[in-house]
Amino acid sequence: MFSIDLLRDAVVLGVLLGCFYAAVSIGLSISFGLLDVPQVAHPAFLVLASYGVYLLNDRYDIDPLLAGLMLAPLFFALGIITYRIYYETFERRGSDAAVRGIAFFFGVAFIIEVLIIVQFGVDQRSVTAPYIGKAWRFGDLRIPIRQLVAFAVAMGLTVLLAAYLSKTFMGRAIRAVAQDEEGLRLMGADPIRVKQVAFGIATAVVAVAGALLIVVAPVEPTLDRVYIGRTFCVVVMAGLGSISGTLIAAIILGVAESIVLTLFGASWAPAISFALLLGVLAVRPQGLLGR
Amino acid sequence: MQRRSIAFWLGAVVFLAAMLAMTQLVRNEYPFFAGYVILQFVVLAVAWTILGGYAGYVNFGTNAFFGVGVYTAVLLVKAFGAPLPVQIATAAVVGSLLGLGVGLLTLRMRGIFFSIATIALAIIIETSITNFRFVGGAAGIQLQRPPVTAPFDSYVKMLFFVQALLVVIAVAITRGIQNSRIGRGLHALRDDELAAECTGVPTLRLKLLACVISGALMAAAGAPAAMYLQYANPDSAFNLNYSVSVLAMALIGGTAHWIGPVLGAILLGATQQLLAVTISSEVNVLVLGVMLVLFVVAAPKGVIGLVQRQPKRRGGSK
Amino acid sequence: MTVPAAPDAPLLRIDALTKSFGGFVALNDVSVQVRKGERFGLIGPNGSGKTTLVHCISGALRPNKGAVIFGGEDVTPLPPNQRSRRGIARSFQIPRPFRSMTVLENLMVALDFAAGRETLESTAHRREAAMSILARIGLAAKAESPTATLTQVELRKMELARAMATGPKLLISDEAMAGLSTSEVDEVLDLLMSLGGDDIAIIMIEHIMQAVMRFSQRVMCLDAGRIIAIGPPAEVMANARVQEAYLGT
Repeated sequence: MFSIDLLRDAVVLGVLLGCFYAAVSIGLSISFGLLDVPQVAHPAFLVLASYGVYLLNDRYDIDPLLAGLMLAPLFFALGIITYRIYYETFERRGSDAAVRGIAFFFGVAFIIEVLIIVQFGVDQRSVTAPYIGKAWRFGDLRIPIRQLVAFAVAMGLTVLLAAYLSKTFMGRAIRAVAQDEEGLRLMGADPIRVKQVAFGIATAVVAVAGALLIVVAPVEPTLDRVYIGRTFCVVVMAGLGSISGTLIAAIILGVAESIVLTLFGASWAPAISFALLLGVLAVRPQGLLGR
Repeated sequence: MQRRSIAFWLGAVVFLAAMLAMTQLVRNEYPFFAGYVILQFVVLAVAWTILGGYAGYVNFGTNAFFGVGVYTAVLLVKAFGAPLPVQIATAAVVGSLLGLGVGLLTLRMRGIFFSIATIALAIIIETSITNFRFVGGAAGIQLQRPPVTAPFDSYVKMLFFVQALLVVIAVAITRGIQNSRIGRGLHALRDDELAAECTGVPTLRLKLLACVISGALMAAAGAPAAMYLQYANPDSAFNLNYSVSVLAMALIGGTAHWIGPVLGAILLGATQQLLAVTISSEVNVLVLGVMLVLFVVAAPKGVIGLVQRQPKRRGGSK
Repeated sequence: MTVPAAPDAPLLRIDALTKSFGGFVALNDVSVQVRKGERFGLIGPNGSGKTTLVHCISGALRPNKGAVIFGGEDVTPLPPNQRSRRGIARSFQIPRPFRSMTVLENLMVALDFAAGRETLESTAHRREAAMSILARIGLAAKAESPTATLTQVELRKMELARAMATGPKLLISDEAMAGLSTSEVDEVLDLLMSLGGDDIAIIMIEHIMQAVMRFSQRVMCLDAGRIIAIGPPAEVMANARVQEAYLGT
């Protein structure tokens, strides 16, 4: 039955889960939050990265996190190509870019799903690493080490990206392009190139996040559909484009899911992120920590 | 105008007569199995176009309305053994109410936020149904078909004809909207919402109306699916594939005219039926994805746009 | 229906209007009245609150405080479409045509939804009405053209025609002459002069001083969200604060 201890455990696990959600959402926080690209294929890219990591881990026994890092340059290139196509076909022609953009990215997501199914089948896949399957115990609270790994990587990513965006020239240009494209052009920077790099970085981060995804739990080809809700929920709740906001929003989502899981069972879990998302959109569309 | 209306209704009567004749003359059940699905997608795509095409609000929650239609029928059958017409009519009412709710909650949002909100609603409703034991929960529910009504000799043939009727109703309503001031108002607000308001267009009311009608038609199209499959489960009734298929069909056909989604649904629906039989259902989804990407990139106005392209004066421009 | 206002009552009464965005006060306690059929000029430097005032009158923005009284009725809580039906029409600083439509269809939107028209006239009647407005504005030849093919001055005229098609009692022209050549400015100015009259009051927002001087019976100058001068054009132009606001210090 329900007890304070149970609730405490739920909150602790929820915070860890939330940090993991931050890691998988942070790329979207750049691509959708800052650049206004309706990247609904973000979760599909995430799952694609997971399968890439699976392949490297399964064939060559490479550590999943290292494999994620190895995939990052590839995903950086993938991001640049994706943005280029999006820009040339939609953004440049203006008007209903967003509407057709969503359709486009949904198409991309479906293509990725099927390619994964064709290559790997519909079964769940997982990776092996020394930290997977073990857990630390604090009294009767059991914390899987893989969750702690996810927590640490998420923290690292958040701090690194926040620093990059505020300290480096390119990072500041990326934040500027979101607010004042014309101003940036006057300063002599090419906003399209800046956006392209930003989208590349966002996608490179997805490669690392994809490694976390498969470290935390086994993946299947259609896993991206649940994560549409989770990632967009986090990014919208954070207030578009805020990196620190992303972490906080993700933790709110993680704790909410964890508590609902404890109280009502797993069958209600998929609706939590979407309900939160809907609530935020209806009540505070600029996000909880809106800019 | 008048002459065109007569032509339209004449066409509708001929269409229904042909469908009816088919059910009487063709023995093999398979064409009706496949045809039913295509007709169902015609209704969904046409209904989607009212809000997604005319008003420019891209609804990704087609699966929510479809699934609600399915489960309204399931509930009515399970609880009262209600007959098919009652199932469809009730589903339409529930769908319109859901449309009203969705509209009130989300229509103040713009662009992608509206789209994401509609995905969210679908998942929330699906989760609620999954936790609703009476209609079978996650495992789904088996349904018994009642005896078939004359003049049909099989239930699937009857459902096929019912869906053909729904097609005529959906197209007639959508055509009516397109040719009325409601259609012009929706187009105006799609082009520029503030300018439309300042020109006297009651945008919120028109959007709500579009949402209600669109929702009613989608749910009505979903209701017979319960009896068609003799089975329902949340996972398939609320499948996101419905949303993306319907979106693809509307975009492939073109959304400026009601004929667009009709063409798109027939084209993509028939392709999918063919592929599902000859190859596999995965390839289906692949074709869906590829067609969607191809058309939004290369033919933004769909098949209609390709046909109409010739007479444009500024030669060669996109 | 509202009770007809007394003959000398103003058509539009702005009552202590305040509008702020976050910490920025765009309009600060603005009160003014516009008479029936008056030609009213609104000037002020960039960011002085002119467009915010237009948005508050047309309903695109809700003020934080104060009221907009039109024809004796408080329209402050009404959405723009309700205000349009009561007789407030406007053009936009940056033209906002319905891009997927022809010029004629743009006007048809207005006529389709204008107060009372839908029951009174058939589509053919409305089409005729639209054509006669276009003829008056000088756009009849462009009736079937898609708006994407219009020049800047044609777009400006189209917006005025569309506003006229709603059957306004008050027409607000928001910088309809910006970016036009000298001859085009005269053209649009003549047009606005001819549109105004006994029935239609016009509020003209403009930067081109000669145009404002020639057009207006009264001029109001805003600066930093406050009225700094109001009165006959010559008087306002001679005002020291107006000159300071324009020439800068």
